[in-house]
Amino acid sequence: MNEKLSPETRALIKAQLTRRRFLAGAGAVGATAVLAACGGAKKEPGSASESSASDSSGTVRWANWPEYLDYDEKTQKYPSLETFIAASGINVVYKEEVNDNDEFYGKVQIKLEQGKDIGWDIVTLTDWMAGRWIRLGYAQAFDEGAIPNKENILAGLANVGFDPGRKSSLTWQSGFAGFGWNKEVIPGGIKSLDQLFDKKYKGRIEVLSEMRDTMGIILQYQGVDVSQPFTEDQFMNAVDFLEKQVADGIIRQVKGNDYLDDMESGDAVAVIGWSGDIFALANDNEGKFEFAIPESGGTLWSDNVLLPTPSTNKKNAQSVINNYYDPAVAAQVAAFVNYICPVQGARDEMEKIAPELVNNPFIFPDDATLAKVKVFRPLAPEEETTYSEAFASASGN
Amino acid sequence: MAIAHVSPGTSTHVQPERSGRKVPYLLMLPGLLWLAIFFIYPLINLAETSTKTRATTQETGAFVQTYRFANYIDAFIEYQDQFLRSFMYAFLATVLALAISYPLAYAIAFKSGRYKNILLILVVAPFFTSFLLRTIAWKQILGAEGPVVYVLRTLHLIGPDTTITASSFAVVMGLTYNFLPFMTLPIYASLDRIDPRLLEASGDLYSNGLTTFRKVTMPLSMPGVVAGTLLTFIPAAGDYINAAILGNPTTKMIGNVIDSRFFRIVDYPTAASLSFTLMAAILFLVVVYIRRSGTDELV
Repeated sequence: MNEKLSPETRALIKAQLTRRRFLAGAGAVGATAVLAACGGAKKEPGSASESSASDSSGTVRWANWPEYLDYDEKTQKYPSLETFIAASGINVVYKEEVNDNDEFYGKVQIKLEQGKDIGWDIVTLTDWMAGRWIRLGYAQAFDEGAIPNKENILAGLANVGFDPGRKSSLTWQSGFAGFGWNKEVIPGGIKSLDQLFDKKYKGRIEVLSEMRDTMGIILQYQGVDVSQPFTEDQFMNAVDFLEKQVADGIIRQVKGNDYLDDMESGDAVAVIGWSGDIFALANDNEGKFEFAIPESGGTLWSDNVLLPTPSTNKKNAQSVINNYYDPAVAAQVAAFVNYICPVQGARDEMEKIAPELVNNPFIFPDDATLAKVKVFRPLAPEEETTYSEAFASASGN
Repeated sequence: MAIAHVSPGTSTHVQPERSGRKVPYLLMLPGLLWLAIFFIYPLINLAETSTKTRATTQETGAFVQTYRFANYIDAFIEYQDQFLRSFMYAFLATVLALAISYPLAYAIAFKSGRYKNILLILVVAPFFTSFLLRTIAWKQILGAEGPVVYVLRTLHLIGPDTTITASSFAVVMGLTYNFLPFMTLPIYASLDRIDPRLLEASGDLYSNGLTTFRKVTMPLSMPGVVAGTLLTFIPAAGDYINAAILGNPTTKMIGNVIDSRFFRIVDYPTAASLSFTLMAAILFLVVVYIRRSGTDELV
């Protein structure tokens, strides 16, 4: 999702977000912290298994994105994970190891190619990258019946192009790409790309370096359905459109997650950004920021949990995934991360822990909201190369 | 001195001579091994990668060796703008750093008195925090809500919508700032080494301060200037952090392209050939520069 530098920047931003999100979900987290305190202090994740990189002792090593699991700042633990560890006896080492799809892939690709243990039993990757892993045989198929809670997945996510029938991946969280803006500068809001790329805001607009989100929004603006096959010409038209905005100096930067920095500092007044991020930013700044899905359509992306092929801890890894597809646990996570919860029934559970979030369409999207977004279709390898080269060129590199 | 030099050699003539011959090699061994493992081997690897082409499967990251040297030409033609920009920015940053560093180093070496050590520590102090963090800090300082823009706006020196970051100015400024100590320290070292008696002699020969500087101080400080400019120019030309944090899409340098090719697009051959081209270009410029500046002791 980011440029090379942004993992650190991202980590910095996320460190700030921790507090915001912690406050935002304080009710829920407070409750779970109590639960964790009651039953969870038995095992210290990470203590026993740091050194055992390739053993099959049952410790599940999970690589996830920063701030993507309920976290208690006081105890510095993940309450839902602690509860699971205490109940199941399965030790889990959870690390915020994935900062960027490409970067993570770069780190583990050679080992995957050689079939060697990559040090992780669960990895969390965005749709297209998950698709690449599945295509290359780097992800194991789930055992039949090993994840009974799998059936709780939202109908809209149950069948995706890159993994028909969800045989080897399950959604972790989803989110929307759309417009985020500073309400003090743009009180009228941003509804279309024309408004986003208005000359008034020249040099103060940023778009995501995540190609499928930025290009997905531009393509839909040009009337192309990104969930259906489109031609190279159509894609290149959209690239030309982006290139023009860059050349005209409208676009300040094409960035990863650190666009949040620029919104907060005022360097950027409007962006193509991610839903949960903008809400967290708004929470922290007295509602100064707003998010909306473009009129012409936004994108719906998901991050997925996968089991790397060389992992020998499949059984326990599946138990972990199964746990997070329990609606109550899923609600606990969703209340903290502010992204779309992929689990049916979590909404009812949310009623119990954070009723104010139940009607948030960006955590529990209604049909009207989902009708406004598309999932970017999977790209064939040669398309992926051609398109990402063109997108990178338009972004200056 | 002559006696001290000769006497140990005459008494035990043969033995120390022989072991003395091995010593330099033994001393060099760790360094050579280090270079072989972490420089020569990756370089060979990179060279091998640079002439590969995408496998027919078109799968991400799958390449076959076809000895396609045209990769170099293709990559250079496509990214010549970024190459040119990198060298231009690095040149500007070097000139600016020299303009700032020389007076600074001069003041520390000759005029700072008992504050010399404190000033030297201040020059090095930025290294106590990471390069990346310092660059991010500049982004905040120069940002739209930062102090610099606020002052300039209040003074009506810039318009209400003008920003400083995301521009070539910010990138060059960041490069200048980040590599300033590399320029200051070598210049300081060569200035500090100057024998004050030479300056006195110059004065005794009726030359004024300016002439003394021009004829004595400056020539004697040239090794420091050459070392400083090289230590600034070489990393600045290959830098990508400043352009990524302080720039915009039209100020990307060749480092950004190489980074993006390696990690985002997973196009190793293009990234490798660009790396080699950059290395060759820098080597060429450096050799020409050292030849022309005539400081042989550096080579």
